[in-house]
Amino acid sequence: MTPLGTTPSQTVGPYLAIGLPWPDGPEVVPEGTPGRIRIHGRVFDGAGEVVPDAMIETWQADPDGRFGTDFRGFGRCPTGEEGEWEIFTVKPGRIGDGQAPHIDVNMFARGMLNRCVTRIYFADEDNRGDPVLESVPEARRGTLLVEPGEDGYRFDVRLQGEGETVFFAI
Amino acid sequence: MTVFRDDADVHPPMDFEGYRSTALRHPKEPLIALPHRLTEVTAPVFGEGRVGELDHDLTRQHAGEPIGQRIIVHGHVKEDDGRPVPDTLVEVWQANAGGRYRHRVDNWPSPLDPNFSGCGRTITDSHGYFRFVTIRPGAYPWGNHPNAWRPAHIHFSLLGRAFTQRLVTQMYFPDDPLFFQDPIYNSVRDERAARRMISAYDHDSTEEQWALAFRWDIVLRGEDATPMEEPQA
Repeated sequence: MTPLGTTPSQTVGPYLAIGLPWPDGPEVVPEGTPGRIRIHGRVFDGAGEVVPDAMIETWQADPDGRFGTDFRGFGRCPTGEEGEWEIFTVKPGRIGDGQAPHIDVNMFARGMLNRCVTRIYFADEDNRGDPVLESVPEARRGTLLVEPGEDGYRFDVRLQGEGETVFFAI
Repeated sequence: MTVFRDDADVHPPMDFEGYRSTALRHPKEPLIALPHRLTEVTAPVFGEGRVGELDHDLTRQHAGEPIGQRIIVHGHVKEDDGRPVPDTLVEVWQANAGGRYRHRVDNWPSPLDPNFSGCGRTITDSHGYFRFVTIRPGAYPWGNHPNAWRPAHIHFSLLGRAFTQRLVTQMYFPDDPLFFQDPIYNSVRDERAARRMISAYDHDSTEEQWALAFRWDIVLRGEDATPMEEPQA
């Protein structure tokens, strides 16, 4: 059969904060969960200005690298005045097909007509042999890697220009 | 391995001259193909617990009723082979009847409605069906170009059943005279695809002495029928 055409994407616009944030959006796991980590960062545009009307979403496996369990796996956080966001989660496990622990990320914002997709990898994990990370030119891989810091793992997103975050076609 | 059909040509370009805010917010580096592995073919599942009893009815979230034309907005969420997408979260947000959003950065001179927040959510049933009750949103001016007005629209967000299917879009109303000058609507270059964002007036679903109705089906990208040896992005 001829497939039905898919519905096109449109921007979330400037007022996404009316409809999309959830009180527990950033809490992929609740406070007190063993192994809970914070991942945070800021979103910048092509002029280096912060993006205060964006939203980040995360999707990941559970600590054993599984999907389809009771683990929520999903985080959502709109950016604040300084382009800042954060989520609280646990590290995903290694996935059976040779993938290192990673988190899929959606970026939405006013001025973005479609989402941008990226991934978070952990610099303190063994990422050797990860097929997706290896498909990224070496010079740009660093934009996907987060390192542990005092206040969590930091993942800044640069939508355009110097140090532009690697985005994927999905 | 599940591979979802490439539908990139349906969606608007990230860099669209007519919509000025895209200029500094689109990647300039080439996108890298992401094969559809386990993380991409799965999605979160949220049950009724995330949705309140009146979340689907934007006219009953306050002490009084909002000003405006009461409407029913309903339809099916399906994949592009027609298969329904059941039990998936559908979130909406919109301006009030005068075209004003309840948001601190929207301050154009049209009044807020104390009885309208403009936010709703529901979960599709086993047939992929959803139904909202709301008021028809107004058009509103914005600063993109001289005398720019957004056609009336309702924002929709869908999680689908796979990360590949995640969709945020806008539903428009039939015969809106403002389409011609709206760069967001016109960013969808394929005219037939753009028309899929326009709901249809649905007289059979109106409620006599109560509400008009608009039908809108949302189609998410489906799986590719022919499995490939190498996953494609």
